[in-house]
Amino acid sequence: MTEVPFPDARVHFGVFFQGVNHSTVWSDPSSGSQIDFETFRRVATTAERGLFDAFFLGEGLRLREQDGQLLDTDIAGRPDAIAQLVALAGLTDRIGLVATQNTTYNEPADLARRLSGLDLLSEGRAGWNVVTTDNAWTGENFRRGGFLDHAHRYERATEFLTTAREIWDSWSDRAIAPSRRSSSWLTPGAVRTIERDTDHFQVAITPTLPRSPQGHPVIFQAGVSSQGRDFAAAHAEVIFSPFGTNFEPAREFADDIRTRLVAAGRPADDIRILPGTQIVLAERESEVEEKKRWVLEQQITGATALSLVGQVWGRDLSHLDPDGPLPAEDPEQSVISGTRGAQRDGQDRVAIAGQWRELAESRGLSLRQVAIETTARFGFAGTPGQVADELTRWVRHGASDGFNITPYLVPTGLDDIVDWLIPELQERGSYPTEYTGTTLREHLRLRPPLTRR
Amino acid sequence: MASESAVRKSLFAVGIELDGEGYHPRAWRRAGHEPTLLLSPRRLRAQVAAAENAGFTFATFDDSIAPAGEIAGRIDAIGRASFVAATTSTIGLVPVVATTYGEPFHISTQLATLDYASRGRAGWLAADDPDTARTWGAAPRVTEDDIRHERGDAIEVARRLWDSWEDDAVVRDYAAGKFLNRDRLHHIDFIGETFSVKGPSIVPRPPQGQVVVFGYGTEQSGIDVALVSGAQPSDAVAAVQRARESGAARVLVDLTVALDTPTETAAERLADLGSDVTTNRPVPLHFSGSAADLVVLLTELSAHADGVRLHPVVLDEDLPVLARYVLPALLRAGIAHRPVPGSTLRANLGLSRPANRYAKELTR
Ligand SMILES: Cc1cc2nc3c(=O)[nH]c(=O)nc-3n(C[C@H](O)[C@H](O)[C@H](O)COP(=O)(O)O)c2cc1C
Repeated sequence: MTEVPFPDARVHFGVFFQGVNHSTVWSDPSSGSQIDFETFRRVATTAERGLFDAFFLGEGLRLREQDGQLLDTDIAGRPDAIAQLVALAGLTDRIGLVATQNTTYNEPADLARRLSGLDLLSEGRAGWNVVTTDNAWTGENFRRGGFLDHAHRYERATEFLTTAREIWDSWSDRAIAPSRRSSSWLTPGAVRTIERDTDHFQVAITPTLPRSPQGHPVIFQAGVSSQGRDFAAAHAEVIFSPFGTNFEPAREFADDIRTRLVAAGRPADDIRILPGTQIVLAERESEVEEKKRWVLEQQITGATALSLVGQVWGRDLSHLDPDGPLPAEDPEQSVISGTRGAQRDGQDRVAIAGQWRELAESRGLSLRQVAIETTARFGFAGTPGQVADELTRWVRHGASDGFNITPYLVPTGLDDIVDWLIPELQERGSYPTEYTGTTLREHLRLRPPLTRR
Repeated sequence: MASESAVRKSLFAVGIELDGEGYHPRAWRRAGHEPTLLLSPRRLRAQVAAAENAGFTFATFDDSIAPAGEIAGRIDAIGRASFVAATTSTIGLVPVVATTYGEPFHISTQLATLDYASRGRAGWLAADDPDTARTWGAAPRVTEDDIRHERGDAIEVARRLWDSWEDDAVVRDYAAGKFLNRDRLHHIDFIGETFSVKGPSIVPRPPQGQVVVFGYGTEQSGIDVALVSGAQPSDAVAAVQRARESGAARVLVDLTVALDTPTETAAERLADLGSDVTTNRPVPLHFSGSAADLVVLLTELSAHADGVRLHPVVLDEDLPVLARYVLPALLRAGIAHRPVPGSTLRANLGLSRPANRYAKELTR
C-alpha cells in the first residue's frame, strides 16, 4: 500500500445502544438494566467524554417472536427513542442524539415536529435514522394495520422525508417577533403552510417550530438494498452500514455510494459512512484471541445458539445439546416466515441448512460453533494500538468515515474504548482532542441542509 | 378515626400549567424575556425549576399539533416534559397529548419512557384535538360521540400496554439462558372501531405501574384525575361532587390566577393585557387579587377538592408571587405538601400503585 487516498481523514465515532438482542452480554454480572434511565445516562455521558459525534438509538415496534412465541433468549424492552434522547439532551452538552424512526407507522406532521423539538432542545444535536419497517406483523400495533410492499415503502419514505424537510424549512429565520413591543408574536406571512395531495399523504400542515442552530436534523439511513442505496444517495447525510468487520466489502460499499452520490448530482464526499461494529480490546496481544472468544461465546450462549438454529430449522430445538451436532434432518418448509423481527425472514431454510451442515462437516463444528461462525458480525479485536492502526487505515483508505460502535456490555462497555483506544487514535492524529463545534452537523463536518444550500 | 376529608386534605395537590408565556393570549408582551427565548431549552429548564423549587406537586404542558392562539410556536409537550425529566427530582410532569388522531401505541410508549426518565413522575392529560384531521391526514372525527369514543379507546390501549409487561417479566436466568418470562408478557388484543392494537408494549411496565391519567370534565371514564371548573367557586365545588359521583379517584379544580405583584395590582395588569382571557380550552374560574386572598380561596377549595391546577395569566409575573407567598402559606398551614425526592406522582396524589390487570393470582 503506497498511496494514502485520504491522508487527513479522521475517525468519527457514534455509539449504537442496543438493548434488545444478543449483541449485549447479558450473562455478565456487570451487565446493568436495559431500561433504567441511569444506564442510558452512563453510556451517553461516557461517549461524550470520549468526544463521540453521536449517541444512537434503534427502533423495533414489536417484540421479536419465533413461531408465535416471544423470543426469551435475550433481554428486551427499550424506551421510545425521541423521548429518551430529549431527556438525555437535558444532561449532555455536545454529543449528537440520533433517533431511529420509521416512515411507515408515523405521520410527517407529528414526527417532524417531535424531531424539531429534539433539535431545538439540544440546540442543534438531533439526527434521524430513517427506516422503512414494512411488515404487517409490526403494523398490527398501529392504526393503518397492514403493511406496504417493498417498493411502496421507499416511495412513502421519500415523500415523508420531502414533507418533513418542508416542515423544517417552513418558518423564515425571523418569524418570531424580535421584541415584546412588536405588533404580533409571529411576523405575518413568515410561516408557510404545507399542502400535499399524493397517494401517500393528503395533508395541510401549519408547522409550529422554527429551524434549529443546525438548520434541521441530520438524516441517517440504514438500508442496503439497491433501492436503499439510491434513497441514501438522494437524501441521506450519514449511512449506518452493516459493513463493519471486513475492509474490502466496506470499501466496495463506500465506492458504490460515492458513485451513486455523483450520479445523483452530489459531491462524492457529501455523505458520512459509519458502519455498525463491535470493538474488543485487550491489554496484551496474547490476550486478544481469548477475549474475543469469550465475547462471542457470551453473546451466543447455548440457548441463543439453539434459538438461532431453530429459526432456520423452523422449530423449537431447545431440547438439543448446543455442543452436539446440527439436526440431522432438513427443515420442513422452505421459506422462513415464523421468525418475526429477526433477520432471516424470507430466506430459504433448506438452502441455509445445507450450507450450515457443510460448514459443520468440513470444520468439525458443533451446533453452537456453527451459530457463532454464521451469525456473529464481529468487528475489531486487538490491543488498543492495533485497533487504532486498523481504524485509521479504514478511514484513510476510504472504507468508512468512522464507526457506530455497539458496546457488548451495558452500561460499562464504552469505558475501555474511551480510556484506552481514543488516546491511541489521538496519538495517530486520527481523532480530535476536543469538540470544535456545537451541533451534530458540525461534528460530522457536513454541509448545511441540502434544501437551503 | 381519620375522616375521608382529613385524608384528602393531607394530600391537597397544587399543580401549575406551564405552556407558553401564560394563560393570557398576550402574556408574551409582559414576559421577562424577548419572544425568541420562549422555545429555548434554558427558559424551559428555568421555569420548571422555579415551579419545582416553589413546591408544586405537578406541572402540565398544554399542546396541540397545530398552532393555536397568538403564540404560534410550541415544542411538543412530551418533549418539554422529557427534557426536564432527569434534571428535576420531585415535580410531576404531565404533558397534554391528544388522543384524536395520534397513534395510541406511540403515545403509550412515549409516556412510559417519560416515567422511566423521571423515575415515576409521569402523568398524561388526555385531550381531544378534533380540528387537526388535515394535519394528520386522517378522516375527521366530527361528532362528540366519535371524539369521546376515540379518547376512551386510546386511554384503554395505553393502559393495557403499560400492563402488558408484568413487573417480573425480565428474569435473567443465566443457567437456562432465559431472560424473559413469556408467561409475564401479554398481547393486549385490543380491537376498536377505528383501530386495533396487538401488543405487547416494547417498553417494560413503567415505574408507577400505570402513568397517572388526567382528563377534563365531570364525566370521563378511565382516568385517575379529573380536572373540573365552574364560573364561581361554588360551581366548581358542585362539579367536584359530580366528578366524584362518576367515579374519578381524584378531582382537581382548574382556575386562572392574576396576582398583585410588588409593583402593580392584578387589576392593573389585566387592564394592560386587555380583557379577553380566552384560549382554545377556556377555564371558567378566574381569580384576580392578592396572594393572601388566593390563599383564602385555595384553603376553601381544599375542603372539597383534592387539589387545584393554577393557570397563571403571565408566568413570569405570577409564578414568582406564587413561589414567594402562596405556596409557602399553603405549606405552612399544612394544606399543601412539598413532594419529597424519590416519591412518585401517584403517591403525591394519594393514589396507590395499581395491580397489573394481567397478573394471575399467584399460587404461593
Ligand atoms: C445497520 C442497520 C441498522 C438498522 N437498524 C434498524 C432499526 O433500528 N430499526 C428498524 O426498524 N430497522 C433497522 N434497519 C433496517 C433498515 O432500515 C431497512 O428497513 C432494512 O435494512 C431493509 O431495507 P433494504 O432492503 O433497503 O436493505 C437497520 C438496517 C441496517 C443495515
